[in-house]
Amino acid sequence: MTLATSSGLPTTVEEPSTTLDVSHLDVTYRVRDNDRLALRDVSFSIGRQESFGLVGESGCGKSTTALAITCYLPRNGRVSGGSITVNGQDPATMDRRDLRKFRARTVSMVYQEPGRALNPSLRVGRQVAEVYEIAGESKHEAMARAEELLRTVQIADPGRVLRCYPHQLSGGMLQRVMIAMALASQPSLLILDEPTTALDATVEAEVLDLVSSLRQQLSTSVLFISHNLAVIAKMCDRVGVMYAGEIVEQGPAREVFDNPRHPYTVGLLRCVPRGGQRKDHGRLDTIPGFLPGPGEVQVGCIFAKRCALAKERCREETPPMYEVSASRTSRCHFQEQAPDLPRATPEDVQLRSPDSAPEPLIRLRGLSKTFHVGREHVRAVVGVDLDLKAGETLGLVGESGSGKTTIARVLLGLSEPDKGSSIELEGSPLAPECTQRDRKQLQAMQIVFQNPDSALNRRHSVRHIITRSLKKLAGFSGERCEQRLVEVVHSVRMEERHLPLRPYQLSGGLKQRVAIARAFAGAPRVLVCDEPTSALDVSVQAAILNLLADLQSREGVTYVFISHDLGVVRYLSDSIAVLYLGRVMQYGPAETVFSGPHHPYTESLLSAVPSLDGTRRERIRLQGEIPSAAHSPSGCVFHTRCPRRLENGLCESSEPALVEVEPGHMMRCHIPVDELRRLQTTEDAGR
Amino acid sequence: MLVYLLKRVGLALITLVLLSVIIFFAGQVLPGNAGRAILGPFASQQAVLRLDHKLGVDRPLIVQYWSWVTGIVRGNLGTSYQFQAPVSSFLFPALGRSLKLAAFAFVIVVPLSILGGVIAALNRGRFVDRFISTTSLSLSTVPEFVSGVVLIVLLAIDLKVLPVTGNAPPGSPFLTQLKYLILPAIPLVFVLFGYIARMARAGTIESLDSDYVRTATLKGLPRRVVIRRHVLRNSLLPTITVIATQTGYLIGGLVVVERLFTYPGIGTLIITAAYDKDFPMLEAGVLFIGIVYLTATLIADVLYTVLNPRIRLGKAE
Amino acid sequence: MTGIGHLSPPLGAAPTNAPADSSSVGAAGALDVSVKRVREEQFHQLLHSRTFLFGSLILLWWVVCAIFGTSFVPYNATATNILNTNLAPSVGHWFGTNDVGNDVFSRVIVGARDILEIAPLATLLGTALGTTIGLAQGYLGGAFDMIVGRIVDAFLSLPTVIVAFIFVVAVGPSTATLVLVIGFVFSLIIARTVRTAVLQERELDYIAAARLRGESVLHMMFVEILPNVLGPIIVEFTVRLGYAIFTIATLSFLGFGVQLPTPDWGADVASNYPYLAAGYWWETLFPALAIASLVIAINLIGDALEAVLIQ
Repeated sequence: MTLATSSGLPTTVEEPSTTLDVSHLDVTYRVRDNDRLALRDVSFSIGRQESFGLVGESGCGKSTTALAITCYLPRNGRVSGGSITVNGQDPATMDRRDLRKFRARTVSMVYQEPGRALNPSLRVGRQVAEVYEIAGESKHEAMARAEELLRTVQIADPGRVLRCYPHQLSGGMLQRVMIAMALASQPSLLILDEPTTALDATVEAEVLDLVSSLRQQLSTSVLFISHNLAVIAKMCDRVGVMYAGEIVEQGPAREVFDNPRHPYTVGLLRCVPRGGQRKDHGRLDTIPGFLPGPGEVQVGCIFAKRCALAKERCREETPPMYEVSASRTSRCHFQEQAPDLPRATPEDVQLRSPDSAPEPLIRLRGLSKTFHVGREHVRAVVGVDLDLKAGETLGLVGESGSGKTTIARVLLGLSEPDKGSSIELEGSPLAPECTQRDRKQLQAMQIVFQNPDSALNRRHSVRHIITRSLKKLAGFSGERCEQRLVEVVHSVRMEERHLPLRPYQLSGGLKQRVAIARAFAGAPRVLVCDEPTSALDVSVQAAILNLLADLQSREGVTYVFISHDLGVVRYLSDSIAVLYLGRVMQYGPAETVFSGPHHPYTESLLSAVPSLDGTRRERIRLQGEIPSAAHSPSGCVFHTRCPRRLENGLCESSEPALVEVEPGHMMRCHIPVDELRRLQTTEDAGR
Repeated sequence: MLVYLLKRVGLALITLVLLSVIIFFAGQVLPGNAGRAILGPFASQQAVLRLDHKLGVDRPLIVQYWSWVTGIVRGNLGTSYQFQAPVSSFLFPALGRSLKLAAFAFVIVVPLSILGGVIAALNRGRFVDRFISTTSLSLSTVPEFVSGVVLIVLLAIDLKVLPVTGNAPPGSPFLTQLKYLILPAIPLVFVLFGYIARMARAGTIESLDSDYVRTATLKGLPRRVVIRRHVLRNSLLPTITVIATQTGYLIGGLVVVERLFTYPGIGTLIITAAYDKDFPMLEAGVLFIGIVYLTATLIADVLYTVLNPRIRLGKAE
Repeated sequence: MTGIGHLSPPLGAAPTNAPADSSSVGAAGALDVSVKRVREEQFHQLLHSRTFLFGSLILLWWVVCAIFGTSFVPYNATATNILNTNLAPSVGHWFGTNDVGNDVFSRVIVGARDILEIAPLATLLGTALGTTIGLAQGYLGGAFDMIVGRIVDAFLSLPTVIVAFIFVVAVGPSTATLVLVIGFVFSLIIARTVRTAVLQERELDYIAAARLRGESVLHMMFVEILPNVLGPIIVEFTVRLGYAIFTIATLSFLGFGVQLPTPDWGADVASNYPYLAAGYWWETLFPALAIASLVIAINLIGDALEAVLIQ
């Protein structure tokens, strides 16, 4: 993948030892006549061929750092202190022409949403070829180069891809194109800003592998920005942990994650669910308090307010970056004590175990939903049979197109299922549409949505939102209603002073609590949680998950917990159903599904998700994209990507039934479960 | 895509039919008895009945409507009360003249306003932007006869630069005809400029703020290329739809401008028909105005569909 | 230092990542500003906006003229005087006189009345009706939406002025007719805007949550959705008000609006327009400028409101 330089002359400039040097960088934004410091005293460097990760929650400033490096800060932002050097050059001092060359040759960037990062009115090929045109190639040659480029990132049939418009390609494919484009110019520094956040787990694994292999081939330095600790642990040599605009800890990734030396890092790591942690055993810890407002902390440690180890000195003296070891630094006066940070929540809790009622609370039989889009029939859910036992949590896991959200909507009556589907609540059938159900039935089932911004009416106060639920679903009124309102608000750990506020005045976590309060106001029997924490930061997520677990224990509610995040599902669920293209592939108790024997799809899914501990379990890589539900494959729908597909063609021709392979454990696979168990344990042992 | 277009044409036809019903209702039903309306309150009942029968307004409404509609489809627009001659002989030439004026205004305003909007967007927040935005919007809300009058006073009477009437003497060369059309076209231009410029500005700003412009810029493309290839292509697409809807205002303005400049277009025709209670002329004229508008929006829709790859091609994979 | 060489990048604070967290989080996690203070801030912004102040001043002036005009004008606006026809502006007659001897200045002042009576009424009618239709169309969808949509399309394929004028021709000009006809046409235009806004709201989850509570259709439309589309409706109202004035003035000019001898700007322009060629410019220009000033004033107010409300 070489790019002919326009002059053809060898570079004689002396190459500096580091690719990127950020030194005491300050970035300020001007919002409504006030200056807000977005980045404070940020310093880090990336060596040649090194991969550096910037990790932190939203608002910590990691994206701002990337924008500052490429000189693309918004109009109201500016670098107010410090310097940035890339390959010995400072982009801030460049004139227009040099800046363009800098962007074309030295730095490249890949962003979060590939669909939006490409011009919808131009063919993909044209946009890829542009990179070569900038380098001086003719249009014709540039296109030929573009095709060759796509081939090197393992895109089969690159000619077709080049002729497509962006909306015709999937997210994973687009991201591969973007990465190829970014590396075409052989930049010294590649910046990746949440490149896989918008992608499914199996696709994400492929893309990350691609980045790793390309990096090795081209010896480019990489700046990897993400909020996902596991991904950073997997992809980066060194890491910088950011909080509220500052780097609080820096060092080799493995060391920082195994042995953190800043209270924030310690807290953050404790918020991420890992194998073996359950809602009652090995609870997730939370970080108390909230992000500081802009300009709130002028003096002292920026994390002091939320730190259980904080002492007077922390509030009065701003800590510099202390050296923990030769290659590690931490911005904490008491960094040796950091690993002993006291927990904010107890580690083990007594939770009420689900009542062992023999009859399932909810029974789904033959549930199917087909959408008719134009002339296509999109089979979103096909023949799903599920039982929900009272008081337990059923986790629904799957990637996009798995049908998990559709099942939730059909269950609630927001969407009408196909004829022949049956939904029963406590033995009596439920009407397919929620408008046909009576109040008692509506009261029995409620939902918490994924996006708290759209789930709450922006113009209603918190009081109005919850009270409406109390009145309509639970039938409260007057004095009793007011009392119950206060109870409900306290139960989600909010206060009365929040009642007159509108949603836009609340943080994401608080909004989600209001949504949960609203759902619980009617004392439901079943609560559907549709990715309730996916839009929240890791620390907030931990608090919400624990809250959900506690509420379940107190109120005896049954949960249907939907998520694409395996770690979160495992933490909260008692039993799990793994879905693929609208079918249940595996169903059983949570631990069984996770420890094995696995359905091949479950196996691939577990393989794809990077783990924080670095336990390498990544043997399986699925090829290709998730098929569209409008044209689902014949036979077993997973056969097109299944690494264990049988040679005899059985998987292609006939769809296996969902059978009980062990008590309480169902699997949809032609391969007998004992065979699967054998194959999977030998491979494990063989490592 | 073909299916989509056929659906659009079908919709337009339905709308047209509805429009004809509305016009018929307004023209035949509301005013009450046509014969009485023409002959006045002092004519004898017998004379009124005779006229009614001659005009055919004593037949059932449905029959009247049907014969009117079928007549139009065949090209027979009815007979004018005031001229006692086929409506079509007056309407089509007048329509032609109006379209000439409208086209002239159109040709001036579209490039000018798009340019204005894009320049405003590229200089967002600065004086140029505020100036263009505020003045264009203010001008566009001023009724055509107001700006027309001011212009006449200034240019035609005080400075004697341009002629007052819009219609050049018959047989004049093309350029002279244009000279006569300038003054009537300006109020139309004023009204249309504001909205088209605003749409172009909004579309350009949205484009400039987009992720794909970020990608293009950070690739190292020169600014001119980014604007030309990435920004304009996307910002101008929604402008097409706006331009089509502006034809409505254009036609409305035509009516006023023609009166002001005594230009014998369809606007003048309708007004005189209204004064003289010449309902066949009035109804046919208004119907054709509707047809012109519906055709314009249909063309715009087709253009938009053809130029927008997301609609033209579905998800290929 | 970041200004060189790049294209106008996005305005606003730094882009946030996938786990979105609202930025107005103070130390307490929530209370940055109460709703009351937001309203106060908006009000404050308005009062400091030059366009708003300028527009309001002009509007206020004409409102005063409309209400109190007859009491402070120097002459009776309809008083004719054949001896003083077509006099140029002078100390005695600031705006001169017209062809029947009316004092133009008095006519301009009093002319504000009718137009400021009809326009707001028509706009209010249009807004109320249009909002209801748009809400119903957007929320109920289906056949109702389609049928109403086609009717709206049919009416809107003609310019407002022409629709108004054929109905006035049919029924005869009067204040009531003008209010009803213009109000009706506006309701269709507003219904379109409201419908679009409603369609966007309908997809949001809080609507699904309300359905799951078993809320009635009326509740959904007026309690859940309406407050969220109020912003665009208010802006539409001011825009339509400007258009109402535009339309009424035009109709009067064409002879189908307010009838002489009632003082009306549009009618005055129309009746005195033939005298332009003779050089009597004042009788036409001043009423024309009056219309322009009122329309521009309302426009400026609308612009300022939009800047403050749509944030």
